[in-house]
Amino acid sequence: MIRADGRTLALVALVLAVAACLPLTGSAYWLSLGISIAMYTVLTTSWALFSGPTHYISLATAAFFGVGSYTTGIGIEYLPYWALPPIAGVLGAVMAALVGLATLRLSGVYFVIFTLGLAELVRQVIIWFQNISGQKGIYVLTKITEAQIFWQLLGLAALVYAAGWAIGRSRLGFALRIIGDDEEVARHSGINTARAKVALFMVSGAAAAVVGAVLAPRFVYIEPSTAFTPMLSFQVVIMALLGGTGRLWGPLVGVIPFTFLWEAISASFPNQTTLLLGVSFLVIVYLLPRGFVGLIEGTRRRMRAREAFA
Amino acid sequence: MRTDAPVLSLRGATKRFGGLVAVNDLDFDVAEHEVMGLIGPNGSGKSTTLNLISGALPPTSGGIALRGTPIENLPAQEIARKGVARTFQLVRLLPSMSVLDNVRAGAVFGHRRRWGAEAETHALRMLKLVGLDRRAHAHTGELTYIDTKRVELARVLASDPEVLLLDEWLAGLNPTELEEGIALIRRLRDDGRTIVLVEHVMDAIRSLCDACVVMSSGAKIAEGTPDEVLSDPEVIRAYLGDDDDA
Repeated sequence: MIRADGRTLALVALVLAVAACLPLTGSAYWLSLGISIAMYTVLTTSWALFSGPTHYISLATAAFFGVGSYTTGIGIEYLPYWALPPIAGVLGAVMAALVGLATLRLSGVYFVIFTLGLAELVRQVIIWFQNISGQKGIYVLTKITEAQIFWQLLGLAALVYAAGWAIGRSRLGFALRIIGDDEEVARHSGINTARAKVALFMVSGAAAAVVGAVLAPRFVYIEPSTAFTPMLSFQVVIMALLGGTGRLWGPLVGVIPFTFLWEAISASFPNQTTLLLGVSFLVIVYLLPRGFVGLIEGTRRRMRAREAFA
Repeated sequence: MRTDAPVLSLRGATKRFGGLVAVNDLDFDVAEHEVMGLIGPNGSGKSTTLNLISGALPPTSGGIALRGTPIENLPAQEIARKGVARTFQLVRLLPSMSVLDNVRAGAVFGHRRRWGAEAETHALRMLKLVGLDRRAHAHTGELTYIDTKRVELARVLASDPEVLLLDEWLAGLNPTELEEGIALIRRLRDDGRTIVLVEHVMDAIRSLCDACVVMSSGAKIAEGTPDEVLSDPEVIRAYLGDDDDA
């Protein structure tokens, strides 16, 4: 098992190293696609760190992402850029802690609804502020290039994988798997279930906020409707489910095909994106209930069984 | 053999669900190395009492103390860490994990916390104790009913509890399994564990318990050795009804 982990780790490092060369191709199209993949990889993998083992479906990604974007948008006037992603991370973690403490005692569906409402709530608050100040959106003007954004996202992805790997090996990771299996057993075994869940939710909230902060310069102009789009939260869930949340690398195998699919949908049917997002969600849930991870492991198991009989 | 201070004591423990008094002003003590049977007809409040002790439910009033420290207001995870471990009336395993990982859960997070190789060795030792060491790497879905109960017992034992709460651990076993089950609990008793067991199987109560508390409609109606309480007219009436009713 440890050898398999080492292999996975080496593979991830190799993929990251190859991916880091992407800007050298000089193609703006591929770089832009690479940024999307890197962004969704971080968002989806960090989402799955929490939601994978606990089965709590969070739709708060957009809330953390938007808070991160606004951290850069507002902060860039006062602070150097490099200070902003860490600040966004702290804000994301604090927000996740508050939300977590308030809602993680609730079971399943209440948590989903609350997290969906959270992005909307923060968005409305910002709109309200803007109505008072008379300002519509914020210009984020920096000298940061696309390639720099891409590398930052790759670094963040490496960080998220490292965190996921460490958590998987820790008491916290074991506690979360127990919580996901049976919360009652977890509590009676001596696990502080609220604390474990909040801790992981903070990791995923911080990561999403940092992604928002890193991407803000790319948008140039940010306003609440783009920074807090609920579409983002749903995309992350769909990609994670498509890949499968049982393994750390699972979300990645969902992100890559979905980014291409999404690219095709946005290019060919710009007015039906929401509809097609919904359809793809249904198809994924019906055909691949456990994602590509489930498909791959199911096939492996069948092959092993066949070998055993042969 | 008994030391003076009880390991577990309940004083006036009461649980109300709206108008229903499930546990009514219950007092009893469990001494070190003692096996205490909690018996009574269905619906008399035995399982609720275990839920109060383990922290699954908070008592409405009254006190519960573990070695003199009040635990009645603590959440279940704190009570577990202080050394009260329980099995569930309907077996609860961790379905996505192997037998060994199920037991490791107890070893890692329980009263005495272990990690890494130490936790694994300890979990294997507990599996051996319940006779399941050969199935350590099996999936929980492949187990027979009694083996699922063994896994749950091993998980609970792995936390090195001060008090073990067994909620109808012998229920639903066939006669052969029942014999094995009773022998297993007798081994725990001989190891000097302190156990509270809720049980319906009279053979088990007679052969395992040092003392019994009999409950009826939420209240304690008798206390003493198994032979004493089982011949008590009030206990017989609680189980079988009055002559008039018959």
